[in-house]
Amino acid sequence: MADPDAAGDLQKTPLHDLHLELGARMVPFAGYDMPVQYPAGIMKEHLQTRDSAGLFDVSHMGQAVLIGPDHETTALALEALAPSNFVELGRGKQRYSVLLNVEGGIVDDLMVSRPLDESQDGRLYLVVNAARKHVDYPLLEAGLPDNVRLEIFTDKALIAVQGPKAVEVVAAHAPAAADLGFMSGDFMEFDGIACHIARAGYTGEDGVEMSVPAGAAEAIARALLADDRVEPIGLGARDSLRLEAGLCLYGHDLDETTSPVEGAITFCMQKRRRENGGFPGAARIQAELKDGPGRVRIGLKLDGKAPAREGAEIQQLDGTPVGTLTSGGFAPSVGAPIAMGYVSAGHAAVGTKLSLVVRGRSLAAEVVEMPIVPNRYYRKPKS
Amino acid sequence: MTTYFSKDHEWIAVEGDIATVGITAYAQEQLGDVVYVELPDVGKTLAQGDEAAVVESVKAASEVYAPLDGEVVEANVVLADEPAKVNEDPEGAAWFVKIKLSNADQLSELMDEAAYKTLVAGL
Repeated sequence: MADPDAAGDLQKTPLHDLHLELGARMVPFAGYDMPVQYPAGIMKEHLQTRDSAGLFDVSHMGQAVLIGPDHETTALALEALAPSNFVELGRGKQRYSVLLNVEGGIVDDLMVSRPLDESQDGRLYLVVNAARKHVDYPLLEAGLPDNVRLEIFTDKALIAVQGPKAVEVVAAHAPAAADLGFMSGDFMEFDGIACHIARAGYTGEDGVEMSVPAGAAEAIARALLADDRVEPIGLGARDSLRLEAGLCLYGHDLDETTSPVEGAITFCMQKRRRENGGFPGAARIQAELKDGPGRVRIGLKLDGKAPAREGAEIQQLDGTPVGTLTSGGFAPSVGAPIAMGYVSAGHAAVGTKLSLVVRGRSLAAEVVEMPIVPNRYYRKPKS
Repeated sequence: MTTYFSKDHEWIAVEGDIATVGITAYAQEQLGDVVYVELPDVGKTLAQGDEAAVVESVKAASEVYAPLDGEVVEANVVLADEPAKVNEDPEGAAWFVKIKLSNADQLSELMDEAAYKTLVAGL
């Protein structure tokens, strides 16, 4: 297969020209030419998002919709491929889930949204990883019943605005955004442009993800960047933000061999699904829920200043190998290196001291709670 | 003192048989925010092309290779506590190591400032 990141074959998002104008350093990512950082640099971009607001172009991600005759039919069709409860997903609500293979391994992680408007019942909107579109879409198409179809959007951009000021900034152009609860969304106008805004994201901060017409994406991004509280943020800071927030990056922290139980994302499996199964690999996943998985994803804080990266061996203090890092780097909001990885059962308890092998040397680390930086998702006040 | 440059974006300031080695302004800009620098122990013997140091940015680790044969006579311990100095003053206070040269002939393989500027301009 051709290298999707080969120069010349790279796809561009609708914001590509704007990235260049803003002085971004572009890199190949999942077949797209994407901004890894702007002139401010990863450290400042990261802290900007935690302190105020950052704008991320995530248009490379796949946007699609499942369309069936009624909500239950569409929800059950997706439940046959993913272990979440979609039948009881409320109108206007969004849910994190995973597509599974027959062994219970994760094919991709994705966001699933049910429209707020009752007239749209029967539709579930999906956002999948850019690098997995070519796997997800055929898997969905092959797995759907005849009365539910997949429609892939090729004319939409996806803009995330994240940070404590993000919703305030967006609400100046789309007032209804201020009324959204966490993991909720609706169709609304942004300066008169029809789009879908969900209060969600992947940084651990409050914020929104806006699905907008490709042709209007640049105008919307410029309107947001005109606000002093917003700066453009590249993939570099997106990675350090999500690592601090304890969120998985597909292809690194999750892959086709890891189950949701090993990946410590069982929150995507609601009670009925855990008990009744009915999804690919249910036998393995239910056994892991009952008896515990053989390995599990953990968060780590390192003692010194030297970071450990993906691929580093995790050892017990006596040198016995117990796992491998799947993500690691410097955490700007912690001021120290942190990491994520998988360890065999019995080494995952918070407080466990482990060693990480970097360039032949052992770095001291300790298992810590995830998220490593507490998340600050919006909680709607009880009325 | 004469300053040379390598194609790996190092600067080498030579005084007598001691070469002070650091990374160039171009290199630090490409790396982005430096968060950690691993330096060799004093007394270590390096051959040209050996890994002499590792620079870690937020995102990735990059090796710094010895531009010349020699023995490490001093490492810049300031960088252990203040790695960001590499971004602030790469061609001054943020030098990495001082090497006692064992093969001065290798200097002829390096570039002068004008040649290095031409190289960077073409990148």
